[in-house]
Amino acid sequence: MNVARLTIDEIRQGLSARRFSAAELTREALRFAGTENPKTNAYLLLAEERALAAAAAVDERLARGEDPGPLAGVPVAVKDVILTRGVRSTCGSRLLANYVPPYDATAVTRLEQAGGVIIGKTNCDEFAMGSSTENSAFGPTRNPVDTDRVPGGSSGGSAAVVAQGTATVALGSDTGGSIRQPASFCGVVGVTPTYGRVSRHGLVAFASSLDHIGPFARTTRDAARLLGVIAGRDEMDSTSAFAPVPDYVSMLDGAVGGLKIGLPREYFQGLASETGDLIHRGIDALKMLGCQPRDISLPATDYAIACYYIIATAEASSNLARYDGVRYTTRSASGETLIDMYRATRGEGFGAECKRRIMLGTYVLSAGYYDAYYLKAQKVRTLIARDFAEAFQQVDAILAPVSPFPAFRLGEKLDDPLEMYLSDIYTITGDLAGIPCMSVPCGKTAAGLPVGLQILTNHFNEAGMFRLADAFEKETDHAL
Amino acid sequence: MKISEAEVRYVADLANLKLTAGETARMAREMDEILKYMEKLNEMDTSAVEPMAQVLYEAGETATLRADAERGTLTHHDAIANAAVAGRGHFKVPKVIERG
Repeated sequence: MNVARLTIDEIRQGLSARRFSAAELTREALRFAGTENPKTNAYLLLAEERALAAAAAVDERLARGEDPGPLAGVPVAVKDVILTRGVRSTCGSRLLANYVPPYDATAVTRLEQAGGVIIGKTNCDEFAMGSSTENSAFGPTRNPVDTDRVPGGSSGGSAAVVAQGTATVALGSDTGGSIRQPASFCGVVGVTPTYGRVSRHGLVAFASSLDHIGPFARTTRDAARLLGVIAGRDEMDSTSAFAPVPDYVSMLDGAVGGLKIGLPREYFQGLASETGDLIHRGIDALKMLGCQPRDISLPATDYAIACYYIIATAEASSNLARYDGVRYTTRSASGETLIDMYRATRGEGFGAECKRRIMLGTYVLSAGYYDAYYLKAQKVRTLIARDFAEAFQQVDAILAPVSPFPAFRLGEKLDDPLEMYLSDIYTITGDLAGIPCMSVPCGKTAAGLPVGLQILTNHFNEAGMFRLADAFEKETDHAL
Repeated sequence: MKISEAEVRYVADLANLKLTAGETARMAREMDEILKYMEKLNEMDTSAVEPMAQVLYEAGETATLRADAERGTLTHHDAIANAAVAGRGHFKVPKVIERG
């Protein structure tokens, strides 16, 4: 058993043929994670006790001849902004270094009910704010493909463990690209579902109108399987969608001939790098499958970054107000009065990126600036969403790069926050429109660095997105 | 300049965030650059556009209301288990009322 490369289907077959038990697989996954993790710092914690208990439950169900569930025995990693009852969940922040949640996120409950085994919690940028996983209070995560480079972010730990093989699949969260960009950098599949497709209950809030939970996997098939388990209406999240969840895996039938795929010219202007070459080769591969590329335009694209960094920081400044030194474990030793205690706790507790976003968000919401920034950005968001709605009248899917460049070196972009924000250009539009989008491996640069191809479809058409990604994967063989 | 150091200090107070002198200077520089970039939005005519206050919502107005039935919630113990400082079943904070 090579735990590092097993698929969900192989685990299912291994369990039903009694080649291994869930307990054996889990012990092996924990052992492998323990030896490999020092290379990347992708896991912040291994949840040994909880994992072995979940595996024992799967083995009992198997022994009784019951269906152990679609994720039976599958080693799953969970980003540390997603709460796990009784298992420390730090969000990559000093402020929550000792926080032990009293409840599970709905996605966590559902994946365990489906037989999934949570191996551990993964590192991320503090409160999911960043594009490199360097903004973690617990040290950066390194890219398993090249440990001098970042894994991307903010879900860098979840991308890294799947690439490294220390989990079969993982949960991440995406507000402006935090699943797709690290998936691209680490050479794995990363999926941002439709807004509301997966309950946000138990996802520590960053920007509530933009936050999504989504899967990482080594294949589209495994990502589709995991999404099928965690998706669907949840009364604990009033924004979660009522739309029924189809059986995504049964729809991976390769029927992509004749599909019209839009190539937004705003995303391809100035993309004359190795990344651009690989994306164009990916488009050629889809042509071989009978897809019909079309030139399209998404004219509001140029305004997306400004729009996003107003809305996201405004929402973040409100959501992060709760870390006040009263309810969540950490309080500054200084500060005589209540207000001084708040200020000292937050000043000492938050890292530089969180402070910058709290400040920007507070500024754009403050008296006299609300209309000029926040309201204006919400109107521009309407135009960005409208661009996509109009595009999907003409095409079945949109193809785009994920990131303008492959994984960069640790420290390379830390000193220029605006430049780091600008690198999110290809991913934030999907979040602003609330449409499903994903990164699928599309080849490697001469230096061996993975590049992802982004596929975007209309609201709730995850099935169409997966079908295209799965066909692409089989045609090209870039997947791990 | 979009924002001065004095304004940074004012916003930091609104956000209940203590910044060092060094952080304040750096924040002014970085926010200035970012806010200037955000001016870009003014190029767009949005006079006839509604703000997008809700991402997606396809159900009726009351669809998210649950049945009016009693059910379990966090226990008192669990609710304060993560308190920075707790005592006698309460969250404890620095004194806010002085005795006369």
